[in-house]
Amino acid sequence: MHIKPILAAMRRHRAGTVLIALQIALTLAVVCNALFIIQQRLAHLSESTGIDEANLFVIHNQWATASSAQQFDAQIQADVAVLRQLPAVRDASPFNSYPLRGGGWDDFITLAPEQIKPTTDAAVYLGDEHAIDTLGLKLVAGRNFRSDEVGRIGLRQDVLPPVVIVTRELADRLYPDGSALGKPLYAMNPAPSTIIGIVDRLQRQSVSSWDKAYAYQSLLWPLREADPQGVFYIVRAKPGQLATAMREAPKALYAQSRMRIIDPKDGELSFAQIRARAYDSDRGMAILMGIISAVLLAITAAGIVGLTSFWVGQRRKQIGIRRALGATRHDILSYFLTENLLIGVIGVAIGAVLAIGINLWMVTQFEMARLSLAYVLIGVIVLLLLGQGAVLAPAVRASNVPPVEATRSV
Amino acid sequence: MFGYYVELGLRSLRRNPLLTALMVMAIGFGVAASMITWSVFRAVSGNPIPDKSAQLYTPQIDNWGPQQNIQGEPPAALSYTDAMALMRAHQAKQQTLLYPVRLSVLPGGTRSLPISTNGYAVYGDFFPMFEVPFEYGSGWNAADDDGHASVAVLSEEFNGKLFGGANSVGREVTLNGHDYRIVGVTRHWDPKPRFFSMFGSSGFEDSADFYLPFTRALDLKIDTAGNNSCRGQLTATSWDDWLHSVCVWITPWVELDSAADVARYRQFLEGYAADQQQAGRFSWAPNVRLRDVMQWLGYQQVVPPESRISLLVALSFFVICLINTIGLLLAKFLRRAGEIGVRRALGASRREIYTQYLIEAATVGLAGGMFGLLLTAAGISGVGLLFKPEIARLAHLDLSLVGLTLVVAILATVAAAFYPAWRAAQVQPAWQLKSN
Repeated sequence: MHIKPILAAMRRHRAGTVLIALQIALTLAVVCNALFIIQQRLAHLSESTGIDEANLFVIHNQWATASSAQQFDAQIQADVAVLRQLPAVRDASPFNSYPLRGGGWDDFITLAPEQIKPTTDAAVYLGDEHAIDTLGLKLVAGRNFRSDEVGRIGLRQDVLPPVVIVTRELADRLYPDGSALGKPLYAMNPAPSTIIGIVDRLQRQSVSSWDKAYAYQSLLWPLREADPQGVFYIVRAKPGQLATAMREAPKALYAQSRMRIIDPKDGELSFAQIRARAYDSDRGMAILMGIISAVLLAITAAGIVGLTSFWVGQRRKQIGIRRALGATRHDILSYFLTENLLIGVIGVAIGAVLAIGINLWMVTQFEMARLSLAYVLIGVIVLLLLGQGAVLAPAVRASNVPPVEATRSV
Repeated sequence: MFGYYVELGLRSLRRNPLLTALMVMAIGFGVAASMITWSVFRAVSGNPIPDKSAQLYTPQIDNWGPQQNIQGEPPAALSYTDAMALMRAHQAKQQTLLYPVRLSVLPGGTRSLPISTNGYAVYGDFFPMFEVPFEYGSGWNAADDDGHASVAVLSEEFNGKLFGGANSVGREVTLNGHDYRIVGVTRHWDPKPRFFSMFGSSGFEDSADFYLPFTRALDLKIDTAGNNSCRGQLTATSWDDWLHSVCVWITPWVELDSAADVARYRQFLEGYAADQQQAGRFSWAPNVRLRDVMQWLGYQQVVPPESRISLLVALSFFVICLINTIGLLLAKFLRRAGEIGVRRALGASRREIYTQYLIEAATVGLAGGMFGLLLTAAGISGVGLLFKPEIARLAHLDLSLVGLTLVVAILATVAAAFYPAWRAAQVQPAWQLKSN
């Protein structure tokens, strides 16, 4: 294929060439970054929490009366006893919070009481001896809490239980040699809490970008939160009985005592709903980026079709002359395909640089990861193929121009 | 002539329906994507209290020190100790402390099921400072603050729920078992973002149901429903221990009317922190901030990153659509080179050709804008897919957005047509006539 005449022709259509190249470049830059954002968000969406999500639901129980810590604690114990007796319920436990709630209590953790710079940060869960079974956590080392270890924590009291169960991630961060069991940790308190158990995995209350550095680093203390802010009952239904359990649980609680608030709108949430809420902005971004990428590719393709059709129309006479001078249909077809490929290559070259530049800028602005080059490569291939596909129809039309066109004056 | 050119433009739109459809779609999609994301962005980045945002300031005092503060910045709320010191010093014309609270109420008397309600514990200055509009009664005064009075202000919505919207001033409301005398009912008031209480809030939650005196709320040990953030070792065994700890949870606001007042207040803050250093409470140099509403919202990054990113993506999408339109307009205009040649030969000036083609582009822009308007309306109803519900509900199609959509579509298309129309005006009449 002769490139030279193509380049010469391109010089005569400088504006159109530049426009198509520019459009391809910008499209590549946007689509690469959009695909990258989609992938990141989807990866975020599919992170596991480590708990038995399919069978879990959460009741946000607020108190309607002011009482003492003792009274709240007694009420909580009565409530979980009622919940555990429901036929559809496997287990239930009072908690201060739950994974993916969006925020909650976390403590800086140190290895010594006088240490000022924290070693790490842990999400704090408070539960009783049923907590591990309720969440469906796997205890990989050590033991569960005994019922006599479970205490209560009243309004704005800093109670520090002597024992703690931690996630494997937290254990490994504190004691990377794997010797965490039986060792102490210090959670913003001069007294230690000894690690008596390690569970496989338990996601934090928040999955924000701040929490990312401490992902899955959580601890569990044997405490019931007996304060006026209320309590979360996490209930694990027997397999297949989630709906039944969710229907019965609030009724049973209200029958136990009326002076509580379970918000009719979001006082009771299945874990599927909690997950959807926690990640709705991630899902939204993925959808938006998907739509924009698809429409953008379509519009770029349409633009190429439009401009190439115009060129074909403009050059009918020249095409006729070439055909009359012996050029085959295939020659004409490959002329337009090559022309588009040349423009496309210039476009994607600029676009690749732009894509990386935009990503580097976004990294500084939006706590985003670096764009992997694989995305740029995929984008380059997609756009070059798109260009060839778009130019095909006008090129075929061009190749169908009969040689006799050369003899016509218009 | 204008009318004639518009007519020509409309006629030309019909001549190449495919090309026209392409352009209209490109502009429509581009402008709609921009408008949908813009409608969310303007809602989350707007000024919630435009006429006073430059007079309202929130002081910050670093009580954590350089080793534990937030990368050199003081915490975003005050500890009880510092908050009360600011109130006692009373260095501003009006000042309030506040924190969010959640309390229960029995809406239908003692036999009904309790419901949960949200409010704020504030000082009496809160209402005039933030220009809270009243339907009945008014806020409370400084004497009520000092007397720890059991009074309350209800929102219009909450008053509707409890009293059917009647004037309830003088009646009582029972929150968490305690009675409060109602002194005022606000009219609907829900500034977004909720700039005044951002500690533990995204700024877009449901509006408040009631307001209580800060002093009374502390007497009753009503806990904050917002954040409580601490450093160092936590050894509180009681409410009072916690109050006097380094934990921060109170948001302060002061009203300062002139630059001189602001400078004076800043000086006061520095002086206060220096005194604390001298007294040995702080072992670091004064580190204070005094930000007004918009600076505060910027510092708190109230605009969700999703909103920024989607706006940026939508705008680049629009730019690409416009480049596409330039190419298509070029094709469309130059296809009619012969016609232009004839017009030029018959005496039309370059300027007239230029005007004609710009007007033609404007008709394309108008059509694109109409199409974009349809897409925007559809998109805004689907914006809940992209954003959290409390943010999605802020986006709505109003008259200004409709106008903006059309104006942006037309202006952008006319701008895109500058080059193609210029090329059209450059057509040499002689050359065109010869080849015909």
